[in-house]
Amino acid sequence: MKRKRTSRIPVGAPTLTKNDFKSDQDVRWCPSCGDYSILAQTQRILPELGIPKENVVFISGIGCSSRFPYYMNTYGFHTIHGRAPTIASGVKMANPDLSVWVITGDGDALSIGGNHFIHLMRRNFDINVLLFNNRIYGLTKGQYSPTSERGTKSSSTPLGSLSLDTPFNPISLALASGATFVARSVDIHLDHLRPMLKAAFEHKGTSFIEIYQNCHIFNDDTFILQREKEHKTDHTVLLEHGEPLVFGTERDKGIRLNGFQPEVVDTTNGEYTTEDLIVHDQYAEDTTLANFLAGMSDTPDMPHPMGIFRSVRHPCYEDLMTNQIRTAKERTGDGDLEALLNDGETWTVS
Amino acid sequence: MRKPVEQIEAATILFAGDSGDGSQSIGTQMTETTALIGNDVATLPDYPAEIRAPAGSLAGVSGFQLHFSSEQIHTPGDLCDVLVVMNPAALKMHLHKLKPNGILIANTDNFARRNLRLAGYEKDPLESDALTKYQVFRVELTRLTRKALETTQLSMGEIDRCKNFFALGMILWLYNRPMEYTMKWIKAKFAQKPQYIEPNILALRAGNTYCDMTEQFAVSYDVKPAPFEPGTYRNIEGNMATVLGLVAASHRSELPLVYGSYPITPASDILHGLAKYRNFGVVTMQMEDEIAAVGVAIGAAFSGALGVTGSSGPGLALKSEAMNLAMIAELPLVVCNIQRAGPSTGMPTKTEQSDLLQMFYGRNGESPIPIVASSRPFDCFESVYEACRIAVKYRTPVIFLSDLYIGMGAEPWRIPKISELPEIKPSFAVSADTTNGFEPYLRDPETLARPWAKPGTAGLEHRIGGLEKSDVTGHVSYDSENHEKMVEIRAEKVARIANDIPPTEIFGAQEGEILLLGWGGTFGALRTTAENYVAEGLPIGHVHLRHLNPFPNDLGDILHRFKKILIPELNSGQLLQLIRATYLIDAIGLNKVQGQPFHVFELHAKIDEILKEMEHF
Repeated sequence: MKRKRTSRIPVGAPTLTKNDFKSDQDVRWCPSCGDYSILAQTQRILPELGIPKENVVFISGIGCSSRFPYYMNTYGFHTIHGRAPTIASGVKMANPDLSVWVITGDGDALSIGGNHFIHLMRRNFDINVLLFNNRIYGLTKGQYSPTSERGTKSSSTPLGSLSLDTPFNPISLALASGATFVARSVDIHLDHLRPMLKAAFEHKGTSFIEIYQNCHIFNDDTFILQREKEHKTDHTVLLEHGEPLVFGTERDKGIRLNGFQPEVVDTTNGEYTTEDLIVHDQYAEDTTLANFLAGMSDTPDMPHPMGIFRSVRHPCYEDLMTNQIRTAKERTGDGDLEALLNDGETWTVS
Repeated sequence: MRKPVEQIEAATILFAGDSGDGSQSIGTQMTETTALIGNDVATLPDYPAEIRAPAGSLAGVSGFQLHFSSEQIHTPGDLCDVLVVMNPAALKMHLHKLKPNGILIANTDNFARRNLRLAGYEKDPLESDALTKYQVFRVELTRLTRKALETTQLSMGEIDRCKNFFALGMILWLYNRPMEYTMKWIKAKFAQKPQYIEPNILALRAGNTYCDMTEQFAVSYDVKPAPFEPGTYRNIEGNMATVLGLVAASHRSELPLVYGSYPITPASDILHGLAKYRNFGVVTMQMEDEIAAVGVAIGAAFSGALGVTGSSGPGLALKSEAMNLAMIAELPLVVCNIQRAGPSTGMPTKTEQSDLLQMFYGRNGESPIPIVASSRPFDCFESVYEACRIAVKYRTPVIFLSDLYIGMGAEPWRIPKISELPEIKPSFAVSADTTNGFEPYLRDPETLARPWAKPGTAGLEHRIGGLEKSDVTGHVSYDSENHEKMVEIRAEKVARIANDIPPTEIFGAQEGEILLLGWGGTFGALRTTAENYVAEGLPIGHVHLRHLNPFPNDLGDILHRFKKILIPELNSGQLLQLIRATYLIDAIGLNKVQGQPFHVFELHAKIDEILKEMEHF
């Protein structure tokens, strides 16, 4: 069992419910925004985590998703654009007992906050990062974002001058930055999102979940194939540790490696069986497999993997720092201010 | 026969050479020794931004000036009594700082044609009559060091690197200073590389003996200890005093210190210094950029720690949005700005005090942030401690201003007793005391500070952020009247800090002709100037401001007691603008923007000019 620093509710204490985590503020996202669902699922899983409400902190940057902390009856800090990872790191460092959650979006995390995002991943604070990816800037009225597909028509790329940038793949970026827990889910896939949120919490280290989220107003249906019931079985593949990558409405398709390329194969026509398919290993230290899987969503006609790409245990920054402090105190004793001020060569005038 | 010793009141020495010649380390050693035997001392390191500019070039010259005295002094001295140059470039760069008839010690071994050419000399100045107004001592420093060290196992390159200690040995002889402190330092410095201990000590002794034995120096000098207030003293650089002030504030408040920083000259020494004190629970985080550095400090403050970040002007520009967040969220935060010459990258290794208006106004919206400025190296301790006190008590970011000149300069410091340090009480909120539940913007009626509720405290769950908040409840609010009210409250909170600071001290005349008004690292030059006029019986006063925002309550009165207000600053007149705007006073500026501190004679010239004009009318 992984040891979490987060305090647990004592046995016998009253059980919390999702209503305990709802603040008194009216939720003000657009009707049918995907954010509602993510908020509701988060409020549902929190009582199940066994931690006191006062130990939960939500930190956000700027954007539609970043209003999230106002709707949680926990501690919360709605900060500035892109900088939530830095503030969350300070919160966690100063009190490692807290359960710290960063709520961010594709513009907030990957554009203005790109630098902080990658450095948070490599430091591996025990912080959970939920990236609401809707491939658009919503709050500023519909400009293309760093995850918008090339050629996106948006308010800043109107007809005739579609977006020119190659999008980031958030999963690949997180993996390249040394993230120890990387997962993907979808705003309205409730039965998938909840276990992902819980797994992120249970993981000791920085947990990153990319959540495909629909912006009904500015980028409706950007994830239609992965989100909607009638398409998702053919356009997503569930990652389950130790299981072959099988998907399709009839579960008749699978992913195998052809050289260095993932390839969709039919497992019913006799040419391939499930034995030929990639078997998922989320605990692999080596990131090669996770990178292959991450790249699938950049490849046309490939199903997008959903689930945990990688989950490995590395030391957390706050624990390493706490150990340094403990070791220093063991070696030289608790700091003595009088002695410190009088350190080095001194002389006395009487 | 022992050569005669002449008693003098004070001396100024400037060591200069290539960046790799060790001028900084022998300057520091001379400072330590002279402080330990009881002189008052002030220093000015002056070095290039390049780590190793081409050897022998003008760009690569690194200097270290120190001034020591049997009286209280406040500056590293205007002109030098002794100039030690390791090469022609150092001579070229610094000769103008040597007093007429001053002592010039030159390492003749480095005055070959190539070095002369690099320094722009057509012929050897040591052989010309260009230096007749100085006492020139031509010393084969390199050859003599090699000879002294010929029995050691070191390579020629390693031997040549010991020659700075030969020079130091000479200076210690010239001023009758003991070698023991330097020897002790050499032993400690090279504890891990013991092969260098003996050779450096040999070089030091050789330089000392050389002066004793040769006819070159007829006289040596002695500077008696200066009168100091009773107490225990140590020598301290401004940045180190800042480090100790922060540790002391953390210790006294029992708030763990979290220092976020990104490397930048001249603030990095604070990061280096604090990183050594893990046993005090000090967390230092070297972050990916300046914004992240202030971000972790704000996060730590939200979590209930003493959050501090430090940088210099360019870094402060990047931090300004986050500082505004701390301002509107009303969280304690200390932001250290060790100023250097701007704008932009400017001159990173030269001093200036040109960030004052940036600190006042360099943020969007109405953003009052208290500013505390240190005036001299040892004052960094008290000033940064004061910044922490205000931040915690008023739940506000506070800017602590220092600069390169005092950050890297050193002087003796009377070590305070822990009991002398003002109290810093975090007074965290522990329970909601209203029927409406916890109200994060329900203020202390006296200070207007809002409660500081740490995550982890049951019942006080609340949300803060950069959006405007409703008074008392802290809910997001776009109400126009509430916004104006909150702007006023935040300004009033900072203004009330003026009720919590001691009365302003005026040195010299309490009223009269001219008031010298200053802030920051110009203290030494201003105080020395004021002392000179006061000694002549002229009605001149000096006020040096520690609190720049808010200004002290009594400042307006004081300004009206003098006929003329002179504000000397190492910028184009920034405090000048603030004083003129705040008090509607026709203050006069004296401005210097050369990356160098004021000389006392520059201040004298301006004051004499003003006095003359005043006689005229």
